[in-house]
Amino acid sequence: MAKVTIDDKEIEVPDGTTILNAARMIGGDIVPPAMCYYSKLKGSGGKCRTCLVEVAQGSAKDPRPMPKLVVSCSTTVQDGMVVKNTTSPKVLEARKGVVEFLLLNHPLDCPICDQAGECDLQNLGYKHGLSKTRYEEERRTFEKIDIGDKIQLHMTRCILCYRCTYVADQLTDKRVHGVINRGDAAEISTYIKNAVDNDFSGNMIDVCPVGALTDKTYRFKQRVWFSKPLNAHRNCKKCSGKVVLWQKGEDIIRVTSRRDKNNEVETAEDGKVNWICNECRFDKKQASDWVIEGPTHIERTSVISQNHYEAIDLNKLRLEVQRQQRVQGGRKDIGEKYTQEQLPKAEQTEIFEKQKQLGAYRG
Amino acid sequence: MQLTNRSKIVSNKKMTLVEKIYLPAVLSGMSITVKHLFKKPATIDYPKKTREMAVIFRGQHVLKRDENGAERCTACGLCAVACPAEAITMTAAERKPGEEKLYREEKYAAVYEINMLRCIFCGLCEEACPKEAIFLTDKTVPSTFERDEFLYGKSILTEPLNSTVDVSKRQTKDTLEFKKDPHFAHNILFDPTKPSKKSTKH
Repeated sequence: MAKVTIDDKEIEVPDGTTILNAARMIGGDIVPPAMCYYSKLKGSGGKCRTCLVEVAQGSAKDPRPMPKLVVSCSTTVQDGMVVKNTTSPKVLEARKGVVEFLLLNHPLDCPICDQAGECDLQNLGYKHGLSKTRYEEERRTFEKIDIGDKIQLHMTRCILCYRCTYVADQLTDKRVHGVINRGDAAEISTYIKNAVDNDFSGNMIDVCPVGALTDKTYRFKQRVWFSKPLNAHRNCKKCSGKVVLWQKGEDIIRVTSRRDKNNEVETAEDGKVNWICNECRFDKKQASDWVIEGPTHIERTSVISQNHYEAIDLNKLRLEVQRQQRVQGGRKDIGEKYTQEQLPKAEQTEIFEKQKQLGAYRG
Repeated sequence: MQLTNRSKIVSNKKMTLVEKIYLPAVLSGMSITVKHLFKKPATIDYPKKTREMAVIFRGQHVLKRDENGAERCTACGLCAVACPAEAITMTAAERKPGEEKLYREEKYAAVYEINMLRCIFCGLCEEACPKEAIFLTDKTVPSTFERDEFLYGKSILTEPLNSTVDVSKRQTKDTLEFKKDPHFAHNILFDPTKPSKKSTKH
């Protein structure tokens, strides 16, 4: 075990954990952003440099700071390490530079792009970037390529994170696409437009941090913040069948996998990653195919939370009511007693079922 | 018997001679009338003349075309998400080859509707638009008897091809500055017919 301090927060993690994963265990604002690292894909990371952090103290044995900023996704922790992320002006300045680099060849076509609203690069740019660019050269452009009949590759938008090639490598039987050429000319290739017809090839759409790989069946259907995300599942022989349905009115216009708090595909309770198969993703677009569980949780900071209603968290509501009562009544003792209390599970499900019957979760 | 104490005692005062002939009162009234004859009128001859609108007046919307006559709107939905009255709805479609003259970007609004009964003319759509496609004009929305006639589609909103709607006064200083700045020059369109030097062929 190793004890690390990240932005003045201490945590004990197993040896061999990366700084990024240790930060994710703490959670909150101190987690460095990552564009290429994907914890569910082996070997990913180390390409985009957005997760740079400053190591102010190498370890307990050797307290010297590391001379340069390090990539937190592939640097492992050592006992006594002190890491600075948001508290280091050096890191924030460097990250600004990284954002600028990532945006060098990225087109400003967010009004057209289907990824807008759930795009990692867009969020990164808003949070860390500058609102203008100093780049005056011509941006590289490509023509659109169809990878199979359901996925479209828009190479112009690609930031070369390599995530999709890891999906092709690790999830699908046969690797049919990779990266060809070098440097500025590097691009995702399908080896002469070989169709990617594996059952799990659609997952490269979900792992793509930008709008380079998009769902052709969803193309220009609806802006993402106007569609309603619902958690749903079905019995699927190939995959977990746990998905998010995106509705426009009553129609299902898109099916994606579920995301966790790091915006990666969710891991199931049994440790398996909930990748979804192409049949679930592209072919099952009838409401009758799915068992709808309820609205997906969307962070309030996301534009998708516009007009999005969620199941009421009864515990939160109760705590809030009690907090208000406490403030108004000035009786501290009662409030604090209640904040420790949770609504019993049985009572919760009962109320949930009642709300369901009343049609509160139709989205 | 007196029910209330509000009753008034009527005065039967006799009028003086000056008051009796009424002439001074008539003359003082006439003098006011004559004075107004030489004043600048407060009204205008409305249907023949119209008053100049304030530059910031917000009336009926227009969907602008670019200098080549192609529709600027790319159905990004930012106006609709900015709209506090939820008056704007749209459906996007993909531009087919050969339609480059009709639509500026590869995506365009196949349906663009503003419900004028909902619209509060706040101008937030104009502010949100990244493509300078929607502007509010000095035209007032006419009233009609049918509710569905207030649902303005593209046929009403889009700028006519032969006559341009002048919105140059509405463009803010920031917008004009944005256009000039070379830092934002990358916002120009990618023209697939003119491959750039660096573009890679497949």
